[in-house]
Amino acid sequence: MMRMRNARRGATVGLAIASVALLTACGTSGGGGGGDTSGDAATELGETEGQISILAWPGYVEDGSNDPNVDWVTPFEEETGCEVTTKTFGTSDEALNLMKTGDYDVVSASGDASLRLVAGGDVAPVNTDLLENYDGIYDFLKDRDWNTVDGVNYGVPHGYGANLLMYSTDVFTAEPTSWDVVFDKSGDYAGKVTAYDSPIYIADAAMYLMAHQPDLGIENPYSLDEEQLAAAVDLLKQQRENVGEYWSDYLKEIQAFQTGDSVVGTSWQVIQNVLESEGAATAVTLPEEGATGWSDTWMISSQAKNPNCAYAWLDYIASPEANAAATAYFGEAPSSDAACDFRDDCEAYHAGDEDYASQIWYWTTPIEDCIDGRTDVQCTDYAAWTAAWQEIKG
Amino acid sequence: MRLSRPFRITLGVITTVILVVVYVPLLVVLVNSFSTSTSLTWPPPGFTLEWWGKAFQSAGALDAVGTSIVVALVATAVSLVLGTLISLALQRFEFFGREAISLLVILPIALPGIITGIALNNFFRTIMGVPLSIWTVVIAHATFCIVTVFNNVIARLRRLGLNLEEASADLGAGVWTTFRLVTFPQLRSALLAGGLLAFALSFDEIIVTTFTAGSGVTTLPIFILNNMFRPNQAPIVSVIAVVLVLVSIIPIYIAQRLSGEEQRR
Amino acid sequence: MTTNTRVTAPAPARPSVPRPRRTPARAASVFLSTHPRTRLALLLSAPLFWLGIVYIVALVLLLVTAFWSVDSFTGDITTEFTLDNIIEVLTGSLYQTVTVRTVGVALAVTLIDVALALPIAFFMAKVATPRMRRVLLIMVLTPLWASYLVKAYAWRSVLSQDGILEWLVAPFGGETIGYGLPATIITLSYLWLPYVILPIYAGLERVPDSLLEASSDLGGRTWPTLRHVVFPLVLPAIIAGTIFSFSLSLGDYITVNIVGGASQMLGNLVYTNVGAANNLPLASAIALIPIVIIFGYLFLVRRTGALDNL
Repeated sequence: MMRMRNARRGATVGLAIASVALLTACGTSGGGGGGDTSGDAATELGETEGQISILAWPGYVEDGSNDPNVDWVTPFEEETGCEVTTKTFGTSDEALNLMKTGDYDVVSASGDASLRLVAGGDVAPVNTDLLENYDGIYDFLKDRDWNTVDGVNYGVPHGYGANLLMYSTDVFTAEPTSWDVVFDKSGDYAGKVTAYDSPIYIADAAMYLMAHQPDLGIENPYSLDEEQLAAAVDLLKQQRENVGEYWSDYLKEIQAFQTGDSVVGTSWQVIQNVLESEGAATAVTLPEEGATGWSDTWMISSQAKNPNCAYAWLDYIASPEANAAATAYFGEAPSSDAACDFRDDCEAYHAGDEDYASQIWYWTTPIEDCIDGRTDVQCTDYAAWTAAWQEIKG
Repeated sequence: MRLSRPFRITLGVITTVILVVVYVPLLVVLVNSFSTSTSLTWPPPGFTLEWWGKAFQSAGALDAVGTSIVVALVATAVSLVLGTLISLALQRFEFFGREAISLLVILPIALPGIITGIALNNFFRTIMGVPLSIWTVVIAHATFCIVTVFNNVIARLRRLGLNLEEASADLGAGVWTTFRLVTFPQLRSALLAGGLLAFALSFDEIIVTTFTAGSGVTTLPIFILNNMFRPNQAPIVSVIAVVLVLVSIIPIYIAQRLSGEEQRR
Repeated sequence: MTTNTRVTAPAPARPSVPRPRRTPARAASVFLSTHPRTRLALLLSAPLFWLGIVYIVALVLLLVTAFWSVDSFTGDITTEFTLDNIIEVLTGSLYQTVTVRTVGVALAVTLIDVALALPIAFFMAKVATPRMRRVLLIMVLTPLWASYLVKAYAWRSVLSQDGILEWLVAPFGGETIGYGLPATIITLSYLWLPYVILPIYAGLERVPDSLLEASSDLGGRTWPTLRHVVFPLVLPAIIAGTIFSFSLSLGDYITVNIVGGASQMLGNLVYTNVGAANNLPLASAIALIPIVIIFGYLFLVRRTGALDNL
């Protein structure tokens, strides 16, 4: 699917990191005692440790073992001498749980996990000055709710995408312009509606209510008080009547749209790309209410045993070529314009299109302190969302 | 044996129908491994050998098969030893708590995998402070494999009785010699059957494995699960399944022959 | 082979029995044969250590966790005794609905599997020739090797709107059942069928042919013979098979994700609470439901001797 060009550039990255090392003996920090919740970010780097353990979404860390042509890990290993071991996870929740073990140095965290990782003290602040590729990253991805807490950076943006509305062109004669086809009008497609199987999907309903029931006063779909959550849950329970199935892996979603078991529901651009290549009658759109989406962040464990290799990885994966390879394989927009030089499909993902990006409500962990700035109420946290989600599925 | 003819024919027909239905999904898998569709749609839009070529080049898949074999072999070996010990103890001795022990052996398989999984995950990580690795998977698998060995061996012991062992002892053979020359040879096919089932159980286990596998430990079922989340990998998974089915016939056949010969009266 | 061994194995010792030398091994052997309790202790120590330490301790700790709680902010477990989780599981309507659904599915799967396994096992054990029997056994065992996930996805394909089932029944005006609980029941029955056939087959093999012959000599016809002679004898084996299908179905969460449409089962609730909510205490409390059900079931069938037939 995609071929890695010779990673000349990456080699310089590795050297740069090694040369940043001022004090080799005691030049590590950012790791150590997991007791302190925040700890300090590293101020300088030491020599790389020779190995790194990465926890990532499937498709983020490919070393050619699944497809010999898909490999951006080997160049990294060659440059930095950090031997990579990988464990993949299927959901953000699994990632969160695995990070608690302290067995992993870095993690690719989606916004619905990142704040929980920070709150749990599982990840350490990241000194972005030590990363030479950080500057090139789109500004609209930096210093956001899901990667920065109280002005402290906790990671490097990786790629982003939107949870789009997918519909079968056999069933829809015109492009739907609103999410109402999966909510208020979902009855028209009873048994063939699909939705993403995660508590975070509640935000999609909240975003819809934001536009259609302004009385509820929802300002941010990730910041819901009890009443607002209840309204979203009601909406999702109505939807549940018409849902054919919930999906979380993309093989399932692709099959369902191809066979006609699902005709409308949330989806990802990459799924549309696969369906298109198979000649299926589907299309995706970004409805007028906007969309939820994800912006993933590479974070470093607060118990990282290999902090220097961890920094090396963060810098490497933000480098245009590696970032292009990883995001193209997964099917999402890259984190920098420079990466688009190594991809020919940036357009399809609206990479760098700030206007498009501004319509996306990126996954953010719901927490008790309302992130929309309200102080007079307590918001519902992720645990409440999980309970609600199970209730919705029934 | 005198079963009425219509009865035997009916049974034969039912058996055939069930087996046909059993093989339909496997046929789908076979066909999909040659399909040009990457998402396993039916009917297949075209024929290709691409996946077969890719599957055999996929280092990840081969590694995963290797890991699964190692895990299954070690888990089977452990369960053979422990299962035999328990069955000897329970069959040859009357003692208080005998029933409790037989329940204890059955429990790991009788309780749903997810419970065993989270219990062991919690035990290894938070209680013991042991990082998850390939050995935690082996320990978990061996625990629920003991029962298959136990059942086969204890059934055989029950049928054998004590006469030969007593004779051996009377003739002056020690405890170990008797086991090696008298008991063990008679248990061999039972061990084989139990071991084979244990191997199969371990090889295809996914739920307990998910909770006990450490970073970088990818057994075949985990590899397959992960690849359901990657683009364009589904047909490769079909290829692996087809190969496994074909390859598995050999050990099953050998096991069958061995125990068949033994049972021939 | 068995018969051969019976004759030959002790043979070398027969001609003249030399007086055993007094080696330490010999002494140990003598000690062991005169002290059966020690023998028992030696036999049991390793397996009990393994099962006791690895399994029982882990299980008990999990159950203890059910009485703890989780700090919702940091996600760490607070080890203060609380009954909240248990109360929530006992009173929450969600848990009742899902429990009823899960037990229903598990029972349906078990009934279907027994109904399918009985004729096949009987045919294999009592009708087929030895050669045929071997082929049939291989045919029954082979699907076990085609990965659980692959088979579940194959059923997803078979049952889809565009799948083989639709294609087969469409000419007769039928349509596929689609995804949902019936699809889950079918797929689970399919997955566990070999595990049910094997014990029943083994049980039937142990029923001596002479018994059947005696029954027919006494004028018993096929059905009454089966009902009054064979069935009681293989009942323990059948129950042993049901333990497999029932418990494997009770904890499943992957199949229901693949073909279950929008439904969830107990396994999903446990899984989401461990993974999603990072709420091990609540997950443990939910896990108590299948544990209690299985223990109840094992207790009921204990008297039948089924546990010796797994």
